[in-house]
Order: sequence, then C-alpha cells, then structure tokens
Amino acid sequence: MSVLVFADTRGAKVPKNTFETLTYARKIAAKEGSTVTLATFGDAATDKLSALDANKVIIARSLGDADSQQLTRFVAEVAGKESAKWILFSHDDTGKAVAPRVAARLKAGEVAGATTLPNEQGLIKRNVFSGKAQAWVEVKTPVKVVSLLPNSIPVEAAQGSATVEEYSGDLGAAKVTVKATHHAGEGIPLPEAEIVVSGGRGMKGPENWGPLEELAKELHAATACSRPVADMGWRPHHEHVGQTGVAIRPNLYIAIGISGAIQHLAGVNGSKVIAVINSDAEAPFFKAADYGIVGDAQQVLPKLIEAAKKLNAER
Amino acid sequence: MKILVLISHVPDTTARIAFTNDNTTYDATGVQFIVNPYDEWYALVRGLELKEAQGGTVTTITVGGAVTEPTIRKALAIGADDAVRVDCEPKDGHDVAVQVAAFAKDKGFDLVLAGKETIDHNGSQVGPMVAELLDLPFISLATKLDVANGTATAERDVRGDVEVVECPLPLVVSCAKGMAEQRIPNMRGIMAARTKPLQVVSGTACETLSTSVKFELPPPKQAVKMIPADDAGKLIELLHTEAKVI
Repeated sequence: MSVLVFADTRGAKVPKNTFETLTYARKIAAKEGSTVTLATFGDAATDKLSALDANKVIIARSLGDADSQQLTRFVAEVAGKESAKWILFSHDDTGKAVAPRVAARLKAGEVAGATTLPNEQGLIKRNVFSGKAQAWVEVKTPVKVVSLLPNSIPVEAAQGSATVEEYSGDLGAAKVTVKATHHAGEGIPLPEAEIVVSGGRGMKGPENWGPLEELAKELHAATACSRPVADMGWRPHHEHVGQTGVAIRPNLYIAIGISGAIQHLAGVNGSKVIAVINSDAEAPFFKAADYGIVGDAQQVLPKLIEAAKKLNAER
Repeated sequence: MKILVLISHVPDTTARIAFTNDNTTYDATGVQFIVNPYDEWYALVRGLELKEAQGGTVTTITVGGAVTEPTIRKALAIGADDAVRVDCEPKDGHDVAVQVAAFAKDKGFDLVLAGKETIDHNGSQVGPMVAELLDLPFISLATKLDVANGTATAERDVRGDVEVVECPLPLVVSCAKGMAEQRIPNMRGIMAARTKPLQVVSGTACETLSTSVKFELPPPKQAVKMIPADDAGKLIELLHTEAKVI
C-alpha cells in the first residue's frame, strides 16, 4: 500500500508545487503507516529524482510532452501496481487535466483543488464559489484522488534517498502533440508568483505601466491587471486576474487603481496579504484589504519603488 | 462539424453566497442564475465562430432540473442550434460527466467544448472526465482554438509560456480567457431561441463518489490598516516587518 504522487519534474528546477504535493503525501503516509511513491515523466536526471522526499520514484522517460491520455494510463497502471489508496496531484495545468481523468478511469472520488489535509473525519476542504466559500468534501471510495491547490500548505522538504525505477510499459501514441513553445515574457509567470503587482483603470493608460513594472521588478513580483485593462488592450489577456481570468493566491497582492469589483475579488481572495492603492477612498477593495493607501497611482508608485530599493539595498 | 458545448447553470458573479440547512445547502433564494461565464464567453462563442466559418451545428448540453431552462434559452439566443437537458440533479462533477458522456457517446461529435471551470464548484473536472469516459484526447485551458483538415490547433498558457498544440478530431477542449469575445444576444436571437429545439432526456444511474458535506464562509477580514499617501514608503516597510511577505 502506498500514497502515490504524480508530479512534473521537467525543467531546470523542480517546481515548488511538486514539493508541496510531496509534503502532503508524506503527512498522509505517516498517518497511515505507508510509503510515498512518485510517478513522473520526462528527462530529469536520476540523482535529482532520488533526492526527492519519496520512497520510490517511477519515471516514464518515453513521455516528453504531457498528453493527458498517456499520463492517465501511466498513473492508473502505477496506482494499481502500488496498491495506492491515495493518488495526489498538484492542481496545476497538468494536474487539472490528468487528475479528473484518473478519477473517472478508476471510479475514484476526487477532491479538486484541496486546500487542507484530511481532518479527523477524513473531510478535505476546498474553495467553492470562486473562493467566496469553502466546502468540506467526503470522498466515498476506497481510492481517493486529490489535487492540491498551489500555495496551500507549507513545504517541509526532507532530503530523500528514493529508489528510481524506469517505467517501460506501452502507453500508446500521444494524440495531443506540442508544436511550439513561445516564451511569454521575461517576467515571473503569474500562477507561480509569490508576489503580484496589479494595475487597473486607475493607471489611466498603458503608457503609465513603467513604474508598476519597476516596482514589480524590485519586489521580484509578477505583473497582473484587472478585466477592463485587458479588454481595452492595455495589457495582455494572460495578465487578467479575476473570476473570468486567472485565479491566483500569492502571499502578497498589491492592487493599484483597481476598484475591487466582486468579480475581481473572486480571482484574488486567496491572497494571504492584500495591499490596495486607490484614489477613491470609497473603493470597495479597501474592505477586502489588509493595507490601504488613498492616493493617485502615479504619485504613490515612485515612493513605493524608492522604499523597495532601500529595502533591497539593506538586505 | 458537429460541436457540443457544455453549459452550466450558475449563480450570477455578483450573487450573495449563503447556505441553509445547517450549512449543507446553497441558499438560492432570490439569486439570479446565468450561463457559466467560461462556458458562454469562451466555449460557446468559439464554437459558434467555428460553425459560422466552416459549417456544422452547435448543440448545448446542461445537466439539471427544469429550473435551468432559462439559462439554456440564453445559450440558444446567443446562437446555439439546439439544446439538450439531462433531467437529474447531479451529485458531483463525476455525475455531470457521466450524464454528458452517456448522451454524447454515440452522437459523433467532432468537438466537445467546456469552460475551464464553473464559477460555483470551480473543480475543472467535467471536461477531462468526459474525455476519459469517451476515450477522447483533451486539451486543457486553451486560449485559442482553430480547426483545419480534421485537426485542432490550440494555444495554452502553461508555466508562463504559450504552448501551441495539435490534436486530430474528435477531442474535448476546456476554454479559457482569450479564445473569443462575449456576444450579447440580439432581439432576433432571443425570439428565435423560444422555438429552437430543447430536448429533455432522462439521467442515467450514477454512483456518488464524493459529496460536499458542509460549507463555510471565510472568516471576516480584519480592518484595513490605512497609510497616508505622503508616507507611502511605509507600506513597503510594514509588508517587510509586520506582514513579513517581502
């Protein structure tokens, strides 16, 4: 019996959410007296994999791109072989495609976007109504599939000494193939950012974004925007955070010139700390904020940049 | 091209969120319901654009009781050709997927489009589960979608990059921001929607794999700490020393 984790180990550096999922798995395994097996794919070096906090790593090296059908066959087969009672994913772009497929294939109940470990009754919490409420979910099946919402639990990384096995089964041909990958920009990708600096209509025009970007750079933050700003073409669509754009949950969200419509709040209400800068003291966003400044963006931003530079120089 | 679009009936984006029956049931009293924005703005409109350019049909499918029919008519008013309602109260995302797959399995749809998630359950489960139950490939979180010569080409935002992927039809695609622009139904569309076919089919038996046992609202936010604009730099200091987030 084991706790099975599926995670992406491709790329130069193992993503933070892989460590989060492994931490989650370790806690469940400790409680149930079982072991952790990591199922992964791609070309990660064996010594990099064995250093992860798992008892065993099974890697399908024949898979390069993430075709959800191939990954589902792989995870379902490994889950069977390892008699996994828990199959854990990160609720990221790969996990969102594969976890529900695995659950449907195995007829296992799924908690999509879990934010907590199981409580004493075995219930797991997740966000519903776009973060405006939470639900406690009971999984009724013996095999449970959980995808963990990124940035929900702190990483407790132990040094591992996992045995690494190469998977050699036949997973069929990929139907979805990657033709090209374009790097979207130099900045930090929004879904992975721990700090996000975001601008709204109060920025008054795309030509005024320079100071906002400079502040983001000083804070090692990603940039984002509100829906009107993306719709008017001031900023690219992939920067739109909100109920109909991207939902984020960074440690810090700084909203500049955004009034805080309920649809916008739904995309950012998982942020741990929210700072709001708006020239309108009545802006609804102040009610959802931890820190607030009533002031014009173009006058406040230089002061923030100066303070951030000073802080960076001191540390 | 035969296109199926999954349409979910959800509380309006501005609806008050409250629960009844000891926090076990969503309180829909006085709540306006809408077409799930991801289903409407991105999946449905892109489906219509593809049909308009290449010919074919756009059918919508909704799993739910008769109360969902005004929402279904809205999708018809925007331009879908016909609609299906599976008459049952789904217990979880898997149940919805089972109902959709049971209807779609022998209908020969080339393309099944879903919004990337619903704004009430936010599970992102139904699209990939339908794909699995129909043994179809799946492209998640597509921001662009085109079809030519029996092959779909899509763009996805992944890990800060834009990935261009290809897949032969038939397949399931989950649709995100960027794929299409919202369409407001015109009077002709609204009139036509009244007489477009809305077929009601019975649900199929489905074992309940998970349940939301109870709901809770987030704890109220503490009062905001205001900083004078003249002393704005203080914010950075507080974020460092007090909130400890930078």
